[in-house]
Amino acid sequence: MNPRPAGGEAGSGSRRSSPSTVPPVIHPIPSGTRDVLPDEMRELRQITESLRGVFDEAGYGEVYTPALEYESVLARGDMDEARPAYRVFDEAGEVLVLRSDMTVPIARVVATRYAHAEPPLRFCYFAHSYRGVRPQRGQPREFLQAGIELIGAPAPHGTAEVLSVICGALDALGLESYRVGLGDAGLYPSLLDGFGVTGESRARLLAELTRGDFVGLETELRGLELADEEIDLMLRVPQMRGGPGVLEVTPGPVADVVAGLQGVHALLERSVADRVIFDLGLSLRSLGYYTGAIFEIYDPAVGMPIGAGGRYDDLLGRFGASQPAVGFALAVDRLHLALAGEERTTQPAAGAPVSAP
Amino acid sequence: MSPTNGLTIAVPRGALFKGTLDRLDGLGVDTSEVRANDRKLLFADVGLITMRPSDVPTYVAAGAADLGITGKDVLMEHADSASPGLGREVYELLDLGFGRCVMVLATTAGPDPAAEALRRLGVMRVATKYPRIALGHFERTGRQADIVEVKGSVELAPLTGLVDAIVDLTATGTTLRENNLVIREEICVCTARLIANPVAHKLKAAAIDEVLERLRAQ
Repeated sequence: MNPRPAGGEAGSGSRRSSPSTVPPVIHPIPSGTRDVLPDEMRELRQITESLRGVFDEAGYGEVYTPALEYESVLARGDMDEARPAYRVFDEAGEVLVLRSDMTVPIARVVATRYAHAEPPLRFCYFAHSYRGVRPQRGQPREFLQAGIELIGAPAPHGTAEVLSVICGALDALGLESYRVGLGDAGLYPSLLDGFGVTGESRARLLAELTRGDFVGLETELRGLELADEEIDLMLRVPQMRGGPGVLEVTPGPVADVVAGLQGVHALLERSVADRVIFDLGLSLRSLGYYTGAIFEIYDPAVGMPIGAGGRYDDLLGRFGASQPAVGFALAVDRLHLALAGEERTTQPAAGAPVSAP
Repeated sequence: MSPTNGLTIAVPRGALFKGTLDRLDGLGVDTSEVRANDRKLLFADVGLITMRPSDVPTYVAAGAADLGITGKDVLMEHADSASPGLGREVYELLDLGFGRCVMVLATTAGPDPAAEALRRLGVMRVATKYPRIALGHFERTGRQADIVEVKGSVELAPLTGLVDAIVDLTATGTTLRENNLVIREEICVCTARLIANPVAHKLKAAAIDEVLERLRAQ
């Protein structure tokens, strides 16, 4: 599987003078990891430098945290879905994990180092995280994320600011066709509450939704003692997605949540609002700590989301520093794919135009 | 606009092929060339690509097709796990109802050799093409099983003493009967499903919903 550098064209590093007939000795690296050689690295750097410029302009200071953390500390965040896959014991027998995202470590930093700081706090990061993979699926074990966290800024203003920074960053990259899916982690739970669906069936319905299995969702709903029109509503709402018109249909139980999304929408500049797809079924499975608005970023050139984020108003509290917060992470490799897919090369980042936040 | 609204649809060859093309006819897609040509794979002018059923989720998850049709068995085996960090793999939008099969646990006729193995050896050996579904079933029912993954005729495995039982998909049970195998348990019913790429589901929402409604109305 390891591609051999053709004719020694492995980049601009020093060349060995061995005859081209001698095959290279292949020393493997774990599946899901890879080496980045200069041609790719230059392009990745252009992306991260461009993003860094936008984040910096918007007042987000870059932080770095260790890749290794104590499991007992990270476990304060909800690790149900983003459970660290790699653990080692240290010399004292403590369990160390490789971080599976940057949001939980930054929550730890805020609680520990910024306990008395005046909110809001703005941080950005460019860091690798680590997740377990299933074999032969081309999934990365190690991946580079670029993201921001806005701590101490409640909805809707904090949410709108972060959405504006995302769009500013993607605009600066020259990505043209991206869209931002905007939903709310509390929407379907509110709907279930409104119809008195509790306990195990509630958990099963939420699992079907998160899995994107609308057939399973219907099967579960038909098994409940609900009126047909209630079932229709609970099937229809999570499949509603599109422009702001989607928000005009507000069944009673989700009125508050939809009003919250409208509040965010009202604060967005036109250029940002035009990118937004309201998605009443958006349900992020990857991270369990989201509480309010959640978003995913799509580009038609890539078959999976290129970024995701949302509000996590409870997470800081778990570290003893209760504050509302919101953030997002872009998958840099997927951004690269999207840019390549749009057949554009990023312009040199120096002085890259930054659209007004 | 084309009958598929410009969407690319992954079509499974094999047992679900004809049922799928019949449904696509119902949408107004001209499937005559697809029916006539079993070597060609890509039918760009009508927005169809044909492939093995088990490849459909792969193409759809990657966005190489916007929509796809495949069996629930394939989707269950493909696993419903998210790619790390971001998003789920495919959306399952509609039970198309055709291609009904049952996933069963079967053994040779007579005294149940699987139960006997479980009683005496504490574990049964099970051959299957669906290791994930089989493992899930035995986990849910609290039994230990050694799964032997085979690619071809599973019915051979218990007849030769390779395993005590098989987990396999059956439509009529004929093949099982012909090999002197009997169904011991039904695990789940599988039908054809319409699946969508999650990104296409957002970016091409109107086109997908319109096709979905017309398929639902059939």
